Amino acid sequence: MTMTPTTTDAPPPASAPAPPHAASARPKRSRRRTPMTWLRGGGLWNLAFLAPMLIVFGVFSWWPIARAFVMSFQETNLVSPPTWVWFDNFARVLSDPNLGTAVLNTAYFAALALVFGFPLPIIMAVLMSEVRRGKGLYSALAYLPVVVPPVVAVLLWKVFYNASPDGVFNTVLGWVGIPPQPWLQSSATAMPSLVIEATWAAAGGSIIIYLAALIAVPPELYDAAEVDGAGIWRKIWHVTLPQLRGILFIMLILQIIGTAQVFLEPYLFTGGGPNNATLTVLLLIYRYAFQNSLGGDYGEATALSLMLAIFLGILSWLYFKLTDRWSTN
Amino acid sequence: MTTAPSAGPATTPVSTSLRAKLAGVTRRRAERDAAEDAADRSILSGHDRRRRGVRASMSGVHVFLFVGLVIAGLGPLLWLAKAAVTPTQDTLSQPFALWPNGIDWANLEQAWNDVHIDQYFLNTLYVAAGSWFFQLLVATTAGYALSVLRPRYAPILNGLVLATLFIPAVVLLVPLYLTILHVPVIDVSLLNSYWAVWLPAAANAFNILLVKRFFDSLPREVFEAARTDGAGPFRVFWSIVLPMSKPILGVVSVFAVIAAWKDFLWPLLVLPDPAVQPLSVRLPAVQSQTELDVFLAALAISTIIPVVLFLIFQRLFLRGAGLGGAVKG
Repeated sequence: MTMTPTTTDAPPPASAPAPPHAASARPKRSRRRTPMTWLRGGGLWNLAFLAPMLIVFGVFSWWPIARAFVMSFQETNLVSPPTWVWFDNFARVLSDPNLGTAVLNTAYFAALALVFGFPLPIIMAVLMSEVRRGKGLYSALAYLPVVVPPVVAVLLWKVFYNASPDGVFNTVLGWVGIPPQPWLQSSATAMPSLVIEATWAAAGGSIIIYLAALIAVPPELYDAAEVDGAGIWRKIWHVTLPQLRGILFIMLILQIIGTAQVFLEPYLFTGGGPNNATLTVLLLIYRYAFQNSLGGDYGEATALSLMLAIFLGILSWLYFKLTDRWSTN
Repeated sequence: MTTAPSAGPATTPVSTSLRAKLAGVTRRRAERDAAEDAADRSILSGHDRRRRGVRASMSGVHVFLFVGLVIAGLGPLLWLAKAAVTPTQDTLSQPFALWPNGIDWANLEQAWNDVHIDQYFLNTLYVAAGSWFFQLLVATTAGYALSVLRPRYAPILNGLVLATLFIPAVVLLVPLYLTILHVPVIDVSLLNSYWAVWLPAAANAFNILLVKRFFDSLPREVFEAARTDGAGPFRVFWSIVLPMSKPILGVVSVFAVIAAWKDFLWPLLVLPDPAVQPLSVRLPAVQSQTELDVFLAALAISTIIPVVLFLIFQRLFLRGAGLGGAVKG
C-alpha cells in the first residue's frame, strides 16, 4: 500500500483506496502541491483524458438528473420561464384518474411476466445444461429472438395476433380445436398477449445467463450429494437451486425493475388501449410530456417518473435486505 | 454452500454488487471451461446417464428442446422470410401455405425503394456507427484516466459515474429531452441531429465500469517500463493499453451497436424529421401507409443485418450476454 520501488510485482487491482500519488512520476517531491507540481505530475494529461467523459456526463447525465429534481417542483413549458409550483405536479399526478389504472396495469404486466417469464428460462437452462450434444445449437436458437430488433419483433407479432380466424396464431389454435382469440382487440386478452411477446423476446438472454451460472456450480457438490444417496430431483432441489440462489434473486429484481418500466410493447401493440387496458406508467409519462394537445406537461411527467424511481429504489432496498437475511441463514 | 451473500448487498450499492456477481459468474465459467475435460459432469452423473429411464427422458429432452427452440426461436423468422415474398392476400387467408399463388420477389424491391428502407437503413448505420465511436471514446479515455493515470480526485469522479447507474432511465427522459432542445453553455438545439443520439448514448456508466475494471487488471509493470523508456501518457494509452484491451473493447462494441440498433423511444423523440430517422422509428410510422406484404418485406430486411451479425459473432454475443443481462438494471 505504500510507495513501492520500481521492481515490484503487480499491485492488487485497485479495490483498496490507492495512494494518490501512485501514478505520478516523482512522488517524493510533490509534498506541497502547487500549480507547478500539478502540471509536472501530468495534471493536464489527466484532464485531457477525462474531458470526453466530463463533457458527456456533465451535459447528458449529471445535469439532466439534477434538473429532474428541480423540474418536478416547477411548471415547465417551452414558452415561458419555469415557475415554482412545489408539490402541485405531484398532487395533480396523484389525482389523475388514469394513474390508478396505469399502476394496476403495470403491476399486472409485471406479475404476468413473472409467472410466464421467470421460471421458463430456468427450466430451459437446466435442460440445456444436461444435454451432451447440441448445446451450441440450442443456445444460438434460444438467443435468436433477442437479436431481432424489438420494434421489428413487436410489429411482426402484431401480424401474428391478427384477430381474424385466418390470423397466424388463430390458425394454429384452430389446428388443436381452440376457437379464435381476439388477442390485442379485447381488454381481457390484450395484456397477456403483450406479456407473451415480451417473454419470447427476453427469455433467450436469461437462458444464457443461467447457463453460465449452471456451469459454475462445482461438480463436487453433485458427487457429494450422490454419496449421500440423492436422486436427480433431490440434486436439483438441494444443490442446483441453492447454488443458483444468488443469480435468481438478482434476475428476479432486475426483471421487476425492467417490467415496471415497460413502454415499447404497450406503445406499439395497442397504444394503451383497448379502453386503457394496457396503459402503463411509462406510457402515462410519455402522454404527459409528448402527447399532450395543450403542450408538454414536463413537470407532471418528471414528477411521475421520480415517484416511479423512488418506488423502485425502495423496493430494491427492501428486497435486498430481505434476501440478504435469507441468504445468510 | 451459500452463494457469496457476504459480498454484502446491504452495504455496497445494489447494482454494483450484482454486476460484480455476474462478472464473477462469467469469470468462473471461463475457468470451468478450461477445466472441463477434467471434471465434465452436471446434475446427471455418468451412472445416471446409463439408467434406462434417464436415457429415455434425455431423448425426450432432446426432442423437446430441438422442436421447441426451432419453433420459438427460428419459426417466427422463417415465417417472416416466407411472408416477405408472399402476396398480401395469401398471407392473410392462408398464413402457413407455402406460396399457393407464386412468389412475389417484387416486395423486397418495393420495400427497399418505395418505402425508402435504403435511406432509413443508412440512417440506422449512422446512428449505430456514431454511438459506437463515442461510447468507445468516452469509455476508454475515462477508463484510462480513472484506472491508470488516477489523479487524486479520481475516486470522486468514479463515484459520480457509478451513481448514475442507480437512476432508472425514465427519470432522464424528460430533462434530457429538454437538454437536447437547448444544450446549456453552447445554446444550440440538437433536435434532428445525430449528436442528440450519439452523445447521450456515450454517457454510459456501465461501459466505463467494464473498461475500468479491465484496465485495473492489466499489469502495471508494463506501463512503468514504457514510462521509463520515455513514453508519455498518450503513448501508453494508444500503443500499450488499447492493444492489450481488445477483448473488452469487443464486448463494449457489441453492446453499443446492438443498443443503437434496438433503441426506439429516444430517437423517436429527438429525431422528429423522417429524413433522419432510423429503421426502428420509421417502421411503425410507415405501417399504416404500406401494403402488408411490402411491410413484411421491410421488416425482413431490417432483421437480416443483426441476425447475420449474430451468426458471425455468435461467441462474442453469447459471452457478452452474461454481462448484458446486467445492463437491464
